Amino acid sequence: MRAVIALPFAWLILFFLLPFALVLAIALGTNAPDSAPPVELGWSLANFRLLFTDDLYLAAWLSSLRIAATSTLATLLLGYPMAYAIARARFKLRPLLLMLVVLPFWTSFLIRIYAWMGLLAENGILNQFLRWSGLVSHPGTILGTEWAVHLGIVYAYLPFMVLPLYATLEKLDWTLIEAAADLGAKPIATFFTITLPLSLAGIVAGCLMVFIPTVGEFVIPDLLGGTDTLMIGKVLWDEFFTNADWPLASAVAICLLVLLVGPIVLFQRQQAKSLEQP
Amino acid sequence: MVGRARFPLAVLCFGYAFLYVPIALVIAYSFNASQLVTVWAGFSLQWWRALLHNEAMLSAAWLSLRIALVSATLSALLGLAAGYVLARVARFPGRLLFGGLVIAPMVMPEVVMGISMLLLFVGSQQFLGGPDRGFITIVIAHTTFSLSFVAIVVQARLTDFDRSLEEAAMDLGATPWTTFLTVTLPLIAPAIGSGWLLAFTLSIDDLIMTQFVAGAATQTLPMRVYSSVRLGVDPQINVLATIIVAVAAVALMISARLTRR
Repeated sequence: MRAVIALPFAWLILFFLLPFALVLAIALGTNAPDSAPPVELGWSLANFRLLFTDDLYLAAWLSSLRIAATSTLATLLLGYPMAYAIARARFKLRPLLLMLVVLPFWTSFLIRIYAWMGLLAENGILNQFLRWSGLVSHPGTILGTEWAVHLGIVYAYLPFMVLPLYATLEKLDWTLIEAAADLGAKPIATFFTITLPLSLAGIVAGCLMVFIPTVGEFVIPDLLGGTDTLMIGKVLWDEFFTNADWPLASAVAICLLVLLVGPIVLFQRQQAKSLEQP
Repeated sequence: MVGRARFPLAVLCFGYAFLYVPIALVIAYSFNASQLVTVWAGFSLQWWRALLHNEAMLSAAWLSLRIALVSATLSALLGLAAGYVLARVARFPGRLLFGGLVIAPMVMPEVVMGISMLLLFVGSQQFLGGPDRGFITIVIAHTTFSLSFVAIVVQARLTDFDRSLEEAAMDLGATPWTTFLTVTLPLIAPAIGSGWLLAFTLSIDDLIMTQFVAGAATQTLPMRVYSSVRLGVDPQINVLATIIVAVAAVALMISARLTRR
């Protein structure tokens, strides 16, 4: 039994936990472009100071949080009714309906984002359709804007929202809702006083599963966003790969980690609760 | 009738259209005669032929396939152990930390995990002389985040299963190890199978962590797709997408059948 615990534990400590100490060490160093690796170790807080004083980085933090929050909300607004409809569908149909939500997740993430590039481009399929149908004669371009980034996030993360929502809605005691209806409550009132509070665990889990990775998202802002779409994941990537500034990129990673540690702990608690008390 | 509210049903239909129309268009345009991905110019198989002769793409796909096979298998083994511990061992020193470490990689932004693993490998190369960045480091990186997904699937399966079967085996004199091999393992095998498939999918699709830990000489399929997609739409990518969607659909059906039994 000891080995069964020790093996995955050791793996995760060595390859997941320990590296963060290294990231912190590098983040305290300075950039040394001429040496390999391009880092000079030290105890400087300059990288962190830069991240919190420079307008560009501040803007990137704020817009990451804002984009993650609004697109999480949009995903919830689309995902909740979907999960609800699946949970209320005939029992035999549910696995199929759920599978249809999950299937895109099993195809490539990169390719799903790529699909939107062709749709949203200036001469893309969406604009062609708009012109052809006469709805809009001179449609603007969505690709390269924050709208496209939001769309991409909702599209890519929808399964992560629907699955936990479905899991809680499926276990919901529907007799409570019937009782409320029998007692004369309007459907809207029933929804806000019974269904919504009882599915709160699913809402929290789904929102965290979308929000946390989205804050650090790179592929979506890179491929669908424009030059003015600032997101911190993209900043980290560019500092690392384009500017080869490892210490600054490490400092971004540490800040992102500190920012997300609260939501991650909350998510872990939620998961543990839902799995240990079925 | 509370159950058949019309609004959720309408949203469900809209949601499916939202999910599948982009994919359907990508598939349709893989048979397009035009070089421009957005202009339909008649049916053609030229991009299919071009992709099948694209050596760089094919060798990248072969590398990704090998990486995915190895890392999915490793993840399945480690994830099985982790999921079993989470579901069955209530107390041991570090239990809380262990639970956190298993869950965190699921949601951790990949750029953070990518840079941290790269620094680990750079450090180990400096001080231990290895491993060289490439196949091995990519396998380790993929295993680290996919084992979480396997662990969750296994844990979920173990929590809602009939423990009296295990207890009966023990009462009849089976050792814990025999009980695990003859009772528990066959019962959770479908969960392990679908966890393996999930780990495989995550690995063969991963771009960000791979880009960090791959080193200069290695190029996996997503890395190649990304460098081509950055320059704009490319009909060969549509062909690749079509193949991936077909494979994923088959894999998911197998997985659904496994877990339903």
